[in-house]
Amino acid sequence: MTRYFTKDHEWVEVSGDTATCGITDYAQGQLGDVVFVDLPTPGKTLTKGGDAAVVESVKAASDVYAPVSGTVSETNADLEADPALVNTGAETGGWFFKLTLSDRSELDSLMDEAAYKDFVGGL
Amino acid sequence: MTELTLPLDALHRERGGRMVAFAGYAMPIQYSGEFGGIIAEHNWTRTQAGLFDVSHMGQLEFASYDDRALERLLPGDLTGLVHGHLRYSMLLNENGGILDDLMVTRRPSDLYMVVNGATKHDDLAVFRAAGLAPRYRDDLALLALQGPQAVTVLERLEPGVAALSFMRAGQFAEMWISRSGYTGEDGFEISLPVAEVEAFARTLLAQPEVKPIGLGARDSLRLEAGLPLYGHDLTPAITPVEAGLSFAVSKRRRAEGGFLGSEIILDQLANGAPRCRVGLTVEGRLPAREGAHVVAAEGQVGTVTSGGFGPALGAPIAMAMVDAAHAPEGTKLGLDVRGRIIDATVVPMPFFPKSYVRQGASK
Repeated sequence: MTRYFTKDHEWVEVSGDTATCGITDYAQGQLGDVVFVDLPTPGKTLTKGGDAAVVESVKAASDVYAPVSGTVSETNADLEADPALVNTGAETGGWFFKLTLSDRSELDSLMDEAAYKDFVGGL
Repeated sequence: MTELTLPLDALHRERGGRMVAFAGYAMPIQYSGEFGGIIAEHNWTRTQAGLFDVSHMGQLEFASYDDRALERLLPGDLTGLVHGHLRYSMLLNENGGILDDLMVTRRPSDLYMVVNGATKHDDLAVFRAAGLAPRYRDDLALLALQGPQAVTVLERLEPGVAALSFMRAGQFAEMWISRSGYTGEDGFEISLPVAEVEAFARTLLAQPEVKPIGLGARDSLRLEAGLPLYGHDLTPAITPVEAGLSFAVSKRRRAEGGFLGSEIILDQLANGAPRCRVGLTVEGRLPAREGAHVVAAEGQVGTVTSGGFGPALGAPIAMAMVDAAHAPEGTKLGLDVRGRIIDATVVPMPFFPKSYVRQGASK
C-alpha cells in the first residue's frame, strides 16, 4: 500500500482500486478541536480538487477537497459518534472516506511522505 | 495595513500561541500544550482562571464634564454614573444603529471608556466630529483574568480587589482594575502601563490556577454566555432594541430621549422592534455559522449572526437576527447549512449561566 499527500493537507492510501482519504496530522493541528465532519454520501462522484467534505472545528468550517477523482464507496461511521478522532488519529482511525479510483494517473501528481514532510517543513 | 503586535507578543509566542490577524493585530487564537486548544482553554476558564490579552481594545479618557456631550451619542445615563461604577453602553448612529459597544467608568478625575479594537479608530473619529477630545491611551495594556478562581488569584497579588463587586472598579497601585469581562464568568479587567504588563502577566501565569487563553475560547465563552460580538451580532444596521440590549437604554434617557436615533429606539421600546436577536439551540452536532439563513414555512425569516459549538454544553449553539414573529422562546426554526435544513429552537440566553458576583448578593 502506498500513501500519497496533497498540498491541501489530505492523504490518500491506495490499495488496488480503492483509495482511503483523510486529512493530515498537520491539518488537524491547524484546525483545532474537531466537532463535526460533514462526509459525502456513498455513491457520490468526486472530482480531484473539488469539494469532498467539510470539517467543523470549534472555530470554523473548513473545506476538504478530493485528493483524487472517484466514486465514494464508504465513509467512516466512527466520526459521527466521535469527531475528535480526527484530532487523535488523523492519519489512522480518523480517515474520512474511501473512493473507487477513476483515474490512477492522478496519483502521479501527488507527493510521497518525504516530499510532504519537506512541504510542511517549509510552511 | 501593517499588522501591529501586542505588548505581550513575545510571551504569547513563547507559550505556543498560534498567532492570527485580528483587529489589525497579531493575536493568539489558541495555545499549544496540554491545556491548549479551544475546548481545553474554554473549560479551564469555566473552572479555574484564564488570562486574556485584550490590549487591542481601545482605552479612552474623556473629561468628567464630557458626560453631557457623550449622552448625545450614547443611550446610557452617564451624568448619573457614580464614581467607580461601570456602565455598558453603545455608540449610535442617527438611525439608532450600533457603531460600537463599550464600557464607561466614572473615575475621580475622568470618564474611562473601553471600546472594541476593530472599531477604535472609527470611534475616535466620531467623538472628534462631535467636538470631543478623548485621550487615546495606547500606552496602556489591558488584561482580562476570568473564571471562578480569578478572585482568589488577584486578591493574592493585589489585596483588596475581592471587595469590588460586578461592574465596580478602582485604582490599585498603577493598575486600574474592574470586576468585569466578557466570558460570563466572574473576573477582572486590568489596565496597566505597557512597560509593566509583561512582568505582571508572567506573575499571573506563575499562579497555579492561571493559563493563557486565546481568542478562540474567548469567542466560545462569550457565545455560551449569550454576549453579542460587535461586527457580527451588532452592526450599524441593528438597534439596541433589536439586539436585545434594551437594558442599556437607561430609564432617564427613555424619558428624556435626546440621543442619536432616540426617536426610532424609543418607538421600538414602546411598540416592539421588527426583528430581534435570539439564542438558538441546534439539533445534532453540525454547527450553523454566521451567515446561515434562518428559515420557516414562509421562507427566510432571519440570519445567523454567530454560531459554533458550545463546549460546556457539548452541542452547537447560535445567535440569530430573526423577524419578531419568530422570536418567541420555544419557536421551532430551520437553519440552512450548505443546503441542509437543521432543526433549531429559540431559547433564552445565556446558554450557560453567568457567575457574576453582584453587589448585595450573598456568595
